[in-house]
Amino acid sequence: MRDVAIIGIGETQIGELWDKSLRELGIEAGLKAIRDAGVSGEEVDMLYVGNMSAGKLINQEHVAPMIADYAGLDDIPAVRIESGGASGGMALAEGYISVASGFDDIVVVGGAEKMTDVNDEEAKKILSSTADQEWETVCGATFDSLHAMMARYHMNKYGTTKDQFAEVIVKNHSNASNNPNAQYPRAIPKNFVMNAPMVSDPLGMFDCAPLSDGGAAVVLCPAEYVDNYNGDPVKILGVGHGADHIALHDRREIGGMKATRIAAEKAFKNSNISSKDIDFAEVHDNYSISEIVAIEDLGFFKKGEGGPATEEGRTALNSEISINTSGGLKAKGQPVGAVGINQAIEAAIQLRGDAGDRQVEDARYGLTHNVGGTGASAVVHILERWSE
Amino acid sequence: MTTPRFWREIEQRYRGIGVQCEICDRVYFPPREICPHCRRESFGKMNERELSGKGKVLTYTEVHDPHPDFKLLTPYIMAIIEMEEDVRVTGQLVGVDYKDVETGMEVKATMRRLGEESPEGIIYYGYKFAPVKDKHE
Ligand SMILES: [Zn+2]
Repeated sequence: MRDVAIIGIGETQIGELWDKSLRELGIEAGLKAIRDAGVSGEEVDMLYVGNMSAGKLINQEHVAPMIADYAGLDDIPAVRIESGGASGGMALAEGYISVASGFDDIVVVGGAEKMTDVNDEEAKKILSSTADQEWETVCGATFDSLHAMMARYHMNKYGTTKDQFAEVIVKNHSNASNNPNAQYPRAIPKNFVMNAPMVSDPLGMFDCAPLSDGGAAVVLCPAEYVDNYNGDPVKILGVGHGADHIALHDRREIGGMKATRIAAEKAFKNSNISSKDIDFAEVHDNYSISEIVAIEDLGFFKKGEGGPATEEGRTALNSEISINTSGGLKAKGQPVGAVGINQAIEAAIQLRGDAGDRQVEDARYGLTHNVGGTGASAVVHILERWSE
Repeated sequence: MTTPRFWREIEQRYRGIGVQCEICDRVYFPPREICPHCRRESFGKMNERELSGKGKVLTYTEVHDPHPDFKLLTPYIMAIIEMEEDVRVTGQLVGVDYKDVETGMEVKATMRRLGEESPEGIIYYGYKFAPVKDKHE
């Protein structure tokens, strides 16, 4: 296996982008990444695109060749990777494997989702279809309500509180206030979060990440070739995949995600470092509860301590471990299939030292964590600052 | 969900029929052809097993922003039920006020209309759960 570097990054603004189509989002991100890397189109061996549900959201399947085509890369093989909310992270893992194995040299990995061409109700229904359609949603379960049941379980078992959920949201919005690409780049007061209309008890409107439009892309190359390109490199140190049952009720553990734990264990093993070495992490905070569960399952805090740790400020920027410096899915936004790539981009920005007011001091190791469905799939990447 | 998909499993849904693995005795609902514990050894050894319909609330929520097919019921209560047979099922809780729902509460499956009419004009029926009032019932 060869070492792999990210040498180029590019992302669009995230939000409700009425005037932009999926192909435009993909192209904008891809071109920015290719320009940032200083590679030419002909050098690209392969394109992977993370996308959850273009078929339902914009009535277009086979989106990877479409994006490649309109990016002027019509002779580059392009494949879409789908794993629900983990589509982007899974695409990045495929790109990593292609380059690490020696099969490809220059690989572009993109992610794009256009959520707002359908109304909010329809978009939520489509997102819910990443749970078990026949045995969860048919009975009335929504994606929100499945996470609400995780939240209720976590509260009952570990004493986690609604206040602690709110602290996750306040922190992530505060981080996003320093991120120009974020959908909600502004801090919000805790009472806003606490008093928001209920979505699915105990989760209110502010506990849920938005459904957004956005595109993101990175360029990968073998670490040994980074000097051939202009891009400021960061290293992908390790990758791990995890899996579990599709339906929440079939998992032995409702207050944790086995898929996350397995993915993290593998990624740490492949990287030869441990959770204690990590300086910052982008975790899959599609709901406030999800971040609390994630920081426990990734090994940053013991099971049941995620809530108190958040409340004590131990996950704030430049505290014990900086969690979701970008603002996370909650405040940077949730363009579903792009999320895993957006996370890798934040990690690269931090490791390059380009994060401005949200910079993690002396950042050496970053982790990204991307989840599909309510936890049936998860992927973890560990990235390291470049050193000669 | 599409109509054929629903009708294919109507029997299991109406009568609460799961399967039991002949090798390890674990019960599954909905039915599976392979036991995740015994894997390929279990193929062809998964036997029908009717559930008692009795169980306890493991976790729950009140849904205010509904799945579009359930709009008229809003707010409604969803729960994961731990069945007597050590298998878990997701379903709605009826016949109880949300404020009275508790983890560990005893419930029993009951046949109800599931949601609103589908676009094809079909009314789906399936299981929901209601509190057990008399434990000797
Ligand atoms: Zn078995």
